[in-house]
Amino acid sequence: MTSAHLDSVVCERPKHGWLRRNRFLLLRRGVQLFTLALFLAGPWAGLWIVKGTLTSSMTLGVLPLTDPFLMLQALVSGHWPELTGIIGVAIVVGSYAVFGGRIYCSWVCPMNVVTDSANWVHRMLGLKKGWQPKKQTRYWVMAMTLLVAAGTGSLAYELVNPVTMLHRGLVFGMGFAWASVVMVFLFDVFVSRHGWCGHLCPMGAVYGLLNIQSLLRVSAKNREACDDCMDCFEVCPENHVISPALRGKGDDTPLILNRDCTACGRCIDVCDLDVFSFTHRFDTQLIQPTSIEPIQHDPAPIKAMGGHK
Amino acid sequence: MSGEKKTGLIDAKRRQFLGDAARTACGCAVAATFLTVWQAQAKALPADAIRPPGALPEEEFLGACVRCGLCVRDCPFDTLKLAELGETGPATGTPYFTARDVPCEMCEDIPCVVACPTGALDHSLTNIDDANMGVAVLIDQENCLNFLGLRCDVCYRVCPLIDEAITLEVRPNLRTGSHAVFVPTVQADFCTGCGLCEKACVLPESAIKVLPQRIARAESAEHYRLGWEEKAKAGNALVPGVIDLPDRVPDATPFEPVFKPGKGRP
Repeated sequence: MTSAHLDSVVCERPKHGWLRRNRFLLLRRGVQLFTLALFLAGPWAGLWIVKGTLTSSMTLGVLPLTDPFLMLQALVSGHWPELTGIIGVAIVVGSYAVFGGRIYCSWVCPMNVVTDSANWVHRMLGLKKGWQPKKQTRYWVMAMTLLVAAGTGSLAYELVNPVTMLHRGLVFGMGFAWASVVMVFLFDVFVSRHGWCGHLCPMGAVYGLLNIQSLLRVSAKNREACDDCMDCFEVCPENHVISPALRGKGDDTPLILNRDCTACGRCIDVCDLDVFSFTHRFDTQLIQPTSIEPIQHDPAPIKAMGGHK
Repeated sequence: MSGEKKTGLIDAKRRQFLGDAARTACGCAVAATFLTVWQAQAKALPADAIRPPGALPEEEFLGACVRCGLCVRDCPFDTLKLAELGETGPATGTPYFTARDVPCEMCEDIPCVVACPTGALDHSLTNIDDANMGVAVLIDQENCLNFLGLRCDVCYRVCPLIDEAITLEVRPNLRTGSHAVFVPTVQADFCTGCGLCEKACVLPESAIKVLPQRIARAESAEHYRLGWEEKAKAGNALVPGVIDLPDRVPDATPFEPVFKPGKGRP
């Protein structure tokens, strides 16, 4: 590929507007705010739609929802819950397992706003990615919290769990919990890029396990159009999930099937060439290139940029 | 040659894997140690923090409560609150109340227990009179107005189980020598620990306080037998032929009556 050719590609490259480049981000913020509003409508306005917190709640007096990680801790610490708790967990596990486990992380969890902001600051400051624990670390942390629960017969991790603390703080009163939130923020900015949600959080690990067979998937359907601008890798909080789908050839599935994918839709947002789209796990269709002469992939510049990480 | 190379590669990979696993395991072990220590400290429930009705014993409660706050929401009197991080109180996120601030009003339908999704508040508690949140103790007899011989009686009057959980025991007023003292007396077997008495005490600092069972109550030794009860059970004295010796009263200081109702000191 000549430099003249490259220039011409850059010139012709479409550029989406701000709204289009942030639509799923805005939608996610909307959903996160709405979720929080449901919990706050009671204490703030006397409108009791949802009671409790994300660890366990009751909607309109009929729909119990209980977090599986919390229940898991209670179970291993030797306590068998009441029926409402069991039903609550069953509904949550069932829904997320079917629709997409880590939807919780990017569409519901209040900590997502904190770590997304941290990552934004991290990028603006142009910081190095810092300490990157192994991909399995979150499962180790999960196992550790459960072992401690079993060993002490108490939900010990809940003394430090910044996620439940943040939500409980917002709904019931913060106390000193803001400090743990600030710690997560600083950790993500200065110590480890995508450190908390992407590597450590044991709640995310549980929802990741629910994500293995779930339906909602992002597909790099239009991967033939990709011109390796790396925007998606830049914004993706779990960017190891992209490569197999995006760089797949021929019969390789364009679906992002990795359980770490939070279905946040950020890759769909930022891609000016509309490579990605939301779909279901059975839709393995590829969009055939419309131009007669598809853009040739030259792996050299990608390698020069440090591979696909 | 290529075989050796391959084996070397596998060895290197295995070493890498084992090294990573060992590092992560060590990190987790450190974190687990901190958690365990912290947890042990957080177990110390302050004496003035009272768990909601039906709460399992503290050790079990901490393994059953998911800190969701549903009990708090369904408490119609805003009695319950969730412990916040940083305050010297119960484990973060767990529900409790402070009787002197807002006591438990002992709702008949016990909505907090019904709301609990895990049973950390035991659903087998259906009669609030059976609740066992703590025991009221008249802790300061020097300042209690009733003990001073006045008829305050407020703790007795507000008790939801009046004449059962708190009774007034009549004693001679040794100060005046001719009046009565009505001693508010907690009957621990009936007291639910709701804290209405502690809340109602008219003193700036309450003379009667709800304390956890572990602090408030003694335990009788298992082998103790009360002679008079055994005698009543058997219908006759268990040791026959015990001689009832005459009471020995020192001659020099004969008992003088110190209490003559309505007459004042003799």
